[in-house]
Amino acid sequence: MSDDARRIPLYQKREAIHPRAVSGRFQRLRDITVWLTLGAYLLLPWLSWDGRQAILFDLPARQFHVFGITFWPQDFILLSWLLILLAFMLFVATVFAGRVYCGYVCPQTTWTRFFTWIEHLTEGDRNARQRLDKAPWSRNKLLRRGSKHLLWWALASLTGITFVGYFTPIDSLVWRAFVWQLGQWEIIWIAFFTIATYLNAGWLREQVCIYMCPYARFQSAMFDRDTLIVSYDESRGEPRERGKRRRDEQAGDCIDCELCVQVCPTGIDIRDGLQYECITCAACIDACDNVMDQISRPRGLIRYTTENALQGQPSRLLRPRLLGYLVLLGVMTLLLAGSLATRVPLGIDVIRDRGQLYRMASDGFIENSYQLRIMNRSQQTRTLVIGLDAPAGLQWRYGEQHLVLEPGASRILPVTLGYDPYQQHLNSTAIRFTLEDESHARYVRARESRFIAPRD
Amino acid sequence: MSQFWSVYIIVLVVLNLVGCAVLLFWNSRMSAEEAQRETTGHSFDGIEELNKPLPRWWLWLFVGTLLFSAAYLALYPGLGNYAGMLGWTSSGQWQKEVDFVDRQTAPLFAEYAKVPVEELVQYDEVLEVGARLYMQNCAMCHGADARGARGYPNLTDGAWQWGGSPEAIRVSISEGRRANMMAFGPMLGGEDGIVDMAWYVAALSRPELAERDDVAERIERAAPRFAMCTACHGAEGRGNPQFGAPDLTDGNWLYGGRIEDIAQTLRDGRFGHMPGHAGLLSPERIHVLTAYIYSLSLQDEDD
Repeated sequence: MSDDARRIPLYQKREAIHPRAVSGRFQRLRDITVWLTLGAYLLLPWLSWDGRQAILFDLPARQFHVFGITFWPQDFILLSWLLILLAFMLFVATVFAGRVYCGYVCPQTTWTRFFTWIEHLTEGDRNARQRLDKAPWSRNKLLRRGSKHLLWWALASLTGITFVGYFTPIDSLVWRAFVWQLGQWEIIWIAFFTIATYLNAGWLREQVCIYMCPYARFQSAMFDRDTLIVSYDESRGEPRERGKRRRDEQAGDCIDCELCVQVCPTGIDIRDGLQYECITCAACIDACDNVMDQISRPRGLIRYTTENALQGQPSRLLRPRLLGYLVLLGVMTLLLAGSLATRVPLGIDVIRDRGQLYRMASDGFIENSYQLRIMNRSQQTRTLVIGLDAPAGLQWRYGEQHLVLEPGASRILPVTLGYDPYQQHLNSTAIRFTLEDESHARYVRARESRFIAPRD
Repeated sequence: MSQFWSVYIIVLVVLNLVGCAVLLFWNSRMSAEEAQRETTGHSFDGIEELNKPLPRWWLWLFVGTLLFSAAYLALYPGLGNYAGMLGWTSSGQWQKEVDFVDRQTAPLFAEYAKVPVEELVQYDEVLEVGARLYMQNCAMCHGADARGARGYPNLTDGAWQWGGSPEAIRVSISEGRRANMMAFGPMLGGEDGIVDMAWYVAALSRPELAERDDVAERIERAAPRFAMCTACHGAEGRGNPQFGAPDLTDGNWLYGGRIEDIAQTLRDGRFGHMPGHAGLLSPERIHVLTAYIYSLSLQDEDD
């Protein structure tokens, strides 16, 4: 063990970062964006549509209601379009302005910000919090810490129950939570998301951005020298000199007050240049602008700028890479909108009977049997007609052709097709079952299958 | 798994776990001098790895995975033949889920079981349950549309080899049926005799055939031998559900109605086998299934 004493742990304990509160134009903008993010998250499940929760992902029924549209697992291709679209939005935003997503709307940022506010409310600002960390346990510390964690747990529980409220009707969920009658899985998932929120936004914070988030790692592939970043203008600030009074004539505008470091939620010094920890929250910009105002220097010692601009090179924001991403984004948006607009909310699947290729009925007909699975994926009751595209002589021998399906219902129909071999000769042939909505000419679906006849 | 492989797996798994733990803690510290260095010395294609400490909670995550593995291997099967403290098995899990569903549905099926089949067929929801049972247990032979196939009876046509009463259907499902049509080839006097008899049998359901002169001749030749058939199929060929002897006059042919098909039936015999389902389905489920199949033949009568 004596040998160990001289050795240094390879793993570093996380130093709590206590960002100092700061106000300014970018922080006001962030206030708006995080309130919108959290507000949308908390309120969306409470909207209703046609007497039903507007956004409800009903997993047991495998139906995903989003306002007037109900998606089924068969529509998951649309989800991939949506995800691709969102990815391109992220690319466009990143090429243009770096990690704006991280700084303004990322849930990690949003919840961390609310958790920091709670911390600020209960334990005070940066210095007070640092003092409290070091202080011995006392009534005061216990009270402040206790109320902080209580409020953290409250917000985390609200988050957890809201999350589950997207998957099971939220009004009854909240009611049952109050009367303590939740189901086992509801409790498990609410607990999971509550604990995860508490840990992420309360304890892990910037560790998520630095060590877990993949986006932080591949963003460098999208950055170029014309991407907007939060940067310190070294040529203007250096050599820095501490204090307001400029003793050295050569001294730059940076008065080394370290406010930019103290307000940083990821604990970096922006004056060291572009770092992957930076989530472009612009807290340092606001802090520095306030200082510059006080010492009557122009704002923007730390500002949104590009690497080219910093080095006096011409910097173009609109460049082929960004335009390319914008075009792709436009194409993806059109594709998604197109596939949503032309989506037919009916489904038909054809399953041939497995036991036999064909059979001879007692009246001599050669028959094939099928199971048709008919689905009404819309939110209205529909009157449907099943048709058949097949060579003449192939008859519909058994099974309904007209049916009324309630919203979200699916039914399996056994169907028998056949022909009279004494009347005509028929080879195995491709056939097509069609499904039409009687009152909606555009809603047509078709499914190929085969009719198998004996060879002779 | 033999004893050798069991031990082999246990040793490998335990060694790996212990090895991971030892490696983790043995390497968790560095000398002060190493800590000073700017890079780790790893350099690939000119990209150097900075010497930055890892977050401590990563270490605890790793420890967490080790603890999880140890707890998992103690509770669940994973170490060779060791069954685990919980005694979990995949078949046990399956049985548990089946039992759960059975418990959930038992009151419903018990309710259905009290209602006689004749009345049960009026309830659409019962028939829906019956249809699902049919799809899972019967459709592979009798077809999704229940219209059968060669050798597998059509259940919708109202022709019942073993009787179409609810009770007869219930017995067919739960105990199964074995039909045995003997091979009459030798007794019918050779191939000509067989074909003569085939025409005779075909004409039972299609009397117009007897008006053809060639057929009338064959029927005349075969008529005396039909006495052999009457033992089971009855004097008029109307069959007998007691032995599962089919009605030969109704135009329903389980093994095909062409002359060649009938001749083959006569020559080589037929052996139908409906397997019993009493061991596979509970009596209550068979009750619902009976109602569904009974309803299929009723539908055809309505049409």
